[in-house]
Amino acid sequence: MVNIVPGVLGLQGSFEHHAKSLKKLGFSPRLVIKPEHVEGLTHLIIPGGESTTMHKLLQDYGLIQPIVDAYESGSLHLFGTCAGAILLGRAGSNDPPPRFGFADVQVDRNAYGRQLDSFTETISLGELEQNFKCVFIRAPKMHHPSPLLKVLGTRGDEPILIEGDRVLLATFHPELTNDLSIHRHFLGLGLPLVTTGERAKIPNRG
Amino acid sequence: MNDEQGFVNPSHDGNNNPEGSTFEVKVGLANMLKGGVIMDVTTADDAKIAEDAGSAAVMALERVPADIRKQGGVARTSTVERIESIMNAVTIPVMAKARIGHFVEAEILQALGADFVDESEVLTPADEEHHIAKNSFKVPFVCGARDLGEALRRIGEGAAMIRTKGEPGTGNIVEAVRHMRLIQSQMRFLTTLRDEELMTEAKNLRAPFDLVQMVARTGTLPVPNFAAGGIATPADAALMMRLGAESVFVGSGIFKSSDPGKTGRAIVRAVTHFQDPAELVKISRDLGDPMEGLEMASIADEERMQERGW
Repeated sequence: MVNIVPGVLGLQGSFEHHAKSLKKLGFSPRLVIKPEHVEGLTHLIIPGGESTTMHKLLQDYGLIQPIVDAYESGSLHLFGTCAGAILLGRAGSNDPPPRFGFADVQVDRNAYGRQLDSFTETISLGELEQNFKCVFIRAPKMHHPSPLLKVLGTRGDEPILIEGDRVLLATFHPELTNDLSIHRHFLGLGLPLVTTGERAKIPNRG
Repeated sequence: MNDEQGFVNPSHDGNNNPEGSTFEVKVGLANMLKGGVIMDVTTADDAKIAEDAGSAAVMALERVPADIRKQGGVARTSTVERIESIMNAVTIPVMAKARIGHFVEAEILQALGADFVDESEVLTPADEEHHIAKNSFKVPFVCGARDLGEALRRIGEGAAMIRTKGEPGTGNIVEAVRHMRLIQSQMRFLTTLRDEELMTEAKNLRAPFDLVQMVARTGTLPVPNFAAGGIATPADAALMMRLGAESVFVGSGIFKSSDPGKTGRAIVRAVTHFQDPAELVKISRDLGDPMEGLEMASIADEERMQERGW
């Protein structure tokens, strides 16, 4: 097994919650706030937050190119939740900011409305987790995923969890719950999803 | 902030749509604002400047605290038109201030679609005894606090985020430092107590017992803890982060500076790089003049906004 070196983009938003989830899985995630922090990472989480703000800060801090380079070189896996999913997908018409576009799916911002329309719902994510408590905060919606992407979860007929080549997008916030199954999946820790006593079994932790 | 067990609802959500407006969902938005600066704005143009500077949310109010302090009079919630124009101008969340105890102003802000309500001592209080019963609202609230007891009373009422009161509109960080240090040291103290000592401490703090127990167990507030009141420079923002704030509100400090765009951007960067003095040097360069500051001794007791609310 290749060494896993996970990081969390720490510019703004729920980065500490993601870091906590990774710590529970036995890792010591790197907080990524400078270009040099991207080097050597195998996995990077782009957390929930404000996509407009996060994009400005990514640009401002010179972080876009290092992330693009690392992803395109094939070494980096990316996981975006909510704002992170927005940045990893592609924009609809007239919908700035620019995105990474690593996943060929249109992600529309604030698609449910304002904060008053935020909600939680327990949703089955198939083989990943039967009852996942999904927290949607000013959440985006994903439309027209490329057939090359795998839809791992839907709410009604709308995709909420999508996987592509080294890229995973969730429109909700698994980092706000104690369920680690999506984080496990992202890190390639695989099934079965043992929920207790797992720390000792993880080989070659980063 | 959630503890190891995940979110704990410290109070009962009276809403009949439990999936839609739970304490968890309210705190969820508060969590998304961590590490992101929230800037006071009075117009749509200011809101655009704030968004471009990288703020994670804007706070709509009729006048910034420094002007309220100077001009006096009754400070109320901003006008409907003003808030709507700000909501239309930006895509980041829009917060708005309501007077302490003025639950109808808060209901209007909720009906208008504001993303967060600040029950704020910066405005003239509408009720000198009672704060708003915030649990029954769908919109999340942020409230100011000077000590742990006050923070836990507000959380008990349903606040989903706490900020220090500081002394608004002064450009003087001393009161925010005092409040943050006190809250942090009171939380540390709680973690050292034995079980049977917690009720006595709840009595001393005048705080709900269940919340005192929770803080004793986790060492942190069950909601995000931000700094506000007197932040004028990137160094002020970084200082508050070093003292344990999870992010900052900046009121007059941005739009009373000589270059709001630059100052705003610098404070945003300082909140990210607060532990890195070399970065803070770069961030603090070439900003023009910060807002003028006020010495606390020059402010009469009855003019201190932090004394409003309890």
